[in-house]
Amino acid sequence: MTDFLMRRAAALMMSAFAFVLQAHPAAAQTIAITGGKVFPVSGPPIENGTVVITNGKIVGVGANIPVPANARRVDASGKWVTPGLINSSTQLGLVEIGQVADTRDMQARGQDNIAASFTVWEGLNPNSVMLAPARKEGVTSFVVLPTGGLVSGQAAILDLVEGTTTDMIMRSPVAMVAEIGNAAQAGTTSRGELIVKLRELLEDTKFFITHRAQFDRADTREFRASRLDLEAMIPVVQGRLPLLVIVDKQSDIDAALRIARDYNLKLIVGGGAEAWLMAGKLAAARVPVLTGAMNNIPAGFAALGQRQENPGLLSAAGVRVALIGNAGGGDEEAFNVRNIKQEAGNAVAYGMTWENALKAVTLWPAEIFGVSDRVGSLSPGRDANVVVWSGDPFEFTTRAEHVFVRGIQRTEKTRQDLLTERYLTMPGKLR
Amino acid sequence: MRRYFVRLTALATFAAAACRPYSGTQRPSPASGKDSAVAAAGLGSKSLPNADPFPSTYVRVASAPLVIRNVHIMTAAGPTIRNGAVSVADGKIVAVGATVDVPAGAVLIDGNGKYVTPGIVDVHSHLGVYASPGGSALSDGNEATNPSTPNVWAEHSVWPHDPQFPRTLAGGVTTIQVLPGSANLIGGRSVVLKVVPSRTVQGMKFPGAKYGLKMACGENPKRVYGTRADGPSTRMGNVAGYRTAWINAEAYRRQWDKWNDGHKGDPPTRDLGKETLAEVLRGNILVHNHCYRADEMAQMIDIAREFGYKIRSFHHGVEAYKIADVLAKEGIGASVWADWGSFKIEAMDAVRANLPLVDRIPGSHAMVHSDDPSGSQRLNQEVAKAMKAGIEAGLSITSDQALRWMTINAAWALGLDDRIGSIEKGKNADLVLWSADPFSVYTRVEKVWVDGAMLYDRFDTAEHWRTDFELGFVPTRAR
Repeated sequence: MTDFLMRRAAALMMSAFAFVLQAHPAAAQTIAITGGKVFPVSGPPIENGTVVITNGKIVGVGANIPVPANARRVDASGKWVTPGLINSSTQLGLVEIGQVADTRDMQARGQDNIAASFTVWEGLNPNSVMLAPARKEGVTSFVVLPTGGLVSGQAAILDLVEGTTTDMIMRSPVAMVAEIGNAAQAGTTSRGELIVKLRELLEDTKFFITHRAQFDRADTREFRASRLDLEAMIPVVQGRLPLLVIVDKQSDIDAALRIARDYNLKLIVGGGAEAWLMAGKLAAARVPVLTGAMNNIPAGFAALGQRQENPGLLSAAGVRVALIGNAGGGDEEAFNVRNIKQEAGNAVAYGMTWENALKAVTLWPAEIFGVSDRVGSLSPGRDANVVVWSGDPFEFTTRAEHVFVRGIQRTEKTRQDLLTERYLTMPGKLR
Repeated sequence: MRRYFVRLTALATFAAAACRPYSGTQRPSPASGKDSAVAAAGLGSKSLPNADPFPSTYVRVASAPLVIRNVHIMTAAGPTIRNGAVSVADGKIVAVGATVDVPAGAVLIDGNGKYVTPGIVDVHSHLGVYASPGGSALSDGNEATNPSTPNVWAEHSVWPHDPQFPRTLAGGVTTIQVLPGSANLIGGRSVVLKVVPSRTVQGMKFPGAKYGLKMACGENPKRVYGTRADGPSTRMGNVAGYRTAWINAEAYRRQWDKWNDGHKGDPPTRDLGKETLAEVLRGNILVHNHCYRADEMAQMIDIAREFGYKIRSFHHGVEAYKIADVLAKEGIGASVWADWGSFKIEAMDAVRANLPLVDRIPGSHAMVHSDDPSGSQRLNQEVAKAMKAGIEAGLSITSDQALRWMTINAAWALGLDDRIGSIEKGKNADLVLWSADPFSVYTRVEKVWVDGAMLYDRFDTAEHWRTDFELGFVPTRAR
């Protein structure tokens, strides 16, 4: 046997062994979180409630749930228990250091500013140091969005479980992302032209569906989008995949609603600085909005009406809102994905009910992205993405004391923890 | 939804610089020969030749005496006074304690068990120089035409109708230092402003506040000038640039000091840039140095020592926690974010415990700063995050201690800690009334007083400061 083969055989044995070690606790362990104030989100809070987890799934939630004899008990007396938080707008794992180009993987060139076939999560780095800080503060699922162009590409929702990207993906794609607020970015010079271009893409996709044979024989007119991009748009025009439009200005939101109506699309508004000016219409059209609660600056002529009351006004009008980071100049989408808690707290300070703010970082995003059968609430059959908090999850003093992702508790130190520990002693080892 | 390229753009164009404040009462001119106060060279000597060509015209808003009672007073000078009272007259704090005398005609505010703190001080702001609604027309923060521009003054870029000003005031911020951006090695002068409505920047200028000089280390100057033949394109090029500027400034300072000694012959020709740098060498302008990395801060300390000037504060000191002992020993402040990081390599080692790790060293000056119009509105929340991180790291930190990170320590960095930053008798009456503990996420600012005048009342929207720009442009209700 050569050295190479010997090493390979040993490696295979080791990995098989490692698999057993890893898989066993998750698969067989039963965990009972007892005594806490449990917020199932899908139902009313339960004082002194119990959550039972087996095989990575929630199997029981309630006030009088029997605790299995073999269960590891987590005493949550005096604590708050919620579903893991979902951050619906991130570039986690796609951007490590913003100004280093080879650590940025969230934008595709596309053809003519259309990159519908771009599957952004395929480039995600599961070893990113950005992941652990988010998980440590109670974020257990996240949506990754592509950016740029007119059609940016496809979004996915992932769990912050350890493993490969394949292990992490919960559902992909969950939306097609388009940015219709910026004419220049779409390769046009006016809003109306940009809208025409989007409508042309939708028309071409419909035509492509019914003329595929001719297309394959090169017997159709030319399309400005590539074949792959047209293919990727099919579920959008068929109403199976939501179109997530990134848009701030009221008139742009209005245009998006018209397009969605004309083509019978499933629409999500993202950004939505001026969405509160359209709250009634968005509610009537059952269009959800992803927006933040920490920006009130008329930062450009497309966002003159930006205000912190936006999520409160929208949810009061009946719009399903997912809270996202909105004011950090960018790093709220990677380095500070954890600050979604702060966003929720501020939403409450500016008029959203606390219950709706909790929904806006758990159940509502799960519903918006079609994964409410997996995450977003504490009820039997759901994945065990559960957080035990020392108190109100949105308060700064509160700690996420136990974070479970698919039933596995995560406790690793972050790179930031390691740096802090190293310099706690001064001057320390590095004189 | 803003993407990180916003930050890149901002940093490429942002930089900070100077404010200089010489007292408005003394304006010696080389031609008049009346600058006899201008003495020998060296730290503490008087400025020249024209100390204050753009003097403050700030006038405090007239207001009746004020007493806030039944309120928890976080003074930044000692422990919180529970259910105490503070009394204000003629723009100054008259008394603070468990009880105070109520002067005749005083406005009485029942604090109702809420909290009062000093007005917040933001030492790193670009309000007015990067005004909203943004775009190149209002991008006035980086004179990115030369790596060394000590000749520019931030106040000449400030737009008083920037709608970011009233929002920052509503966040409890009453004093800001507006800096040029960080494109340049030496970016220019900063200006210290009161966050008050005014038609002119002079009307916002903090009377008697010293100017600052904005300098920038590391990646930004390298990136901005890296494609030019004369650079700098490296960190060593950066350092050569600082040293060259100081060598020239030192020669200029000697020239003027010599002339001032006897006023013999024609005065030397003025040079705006060297004039600013000479004022730094004389100790009349405070250096605010954008510098992320610990090793690079140490380089800047050596340069300051070589030329005999002092660095007042490192801004964006993401790695300040690595050299907290050095900074304390040198008497240099650390102006930092609570939790921004990784937008570039030099920000990679950001930790949330930076503020508490610096603060625990005796003699340190740790403070939070925003560099951001949104962050400036909730510096209390930034401090709360940092405080929690410190406690998690095992440090003992009280709210009273953390309060100093956004009040008195920041006032010190501007040389104004004798006037603002704490609630003590004789200080300017810059006060914030909070709906509850200022470090709760749910707490909101209810009222803000600047020099004893209430300039923000959350519940009186008719009186809210709306800039000229906002009239008509910014919607206030759905139609």
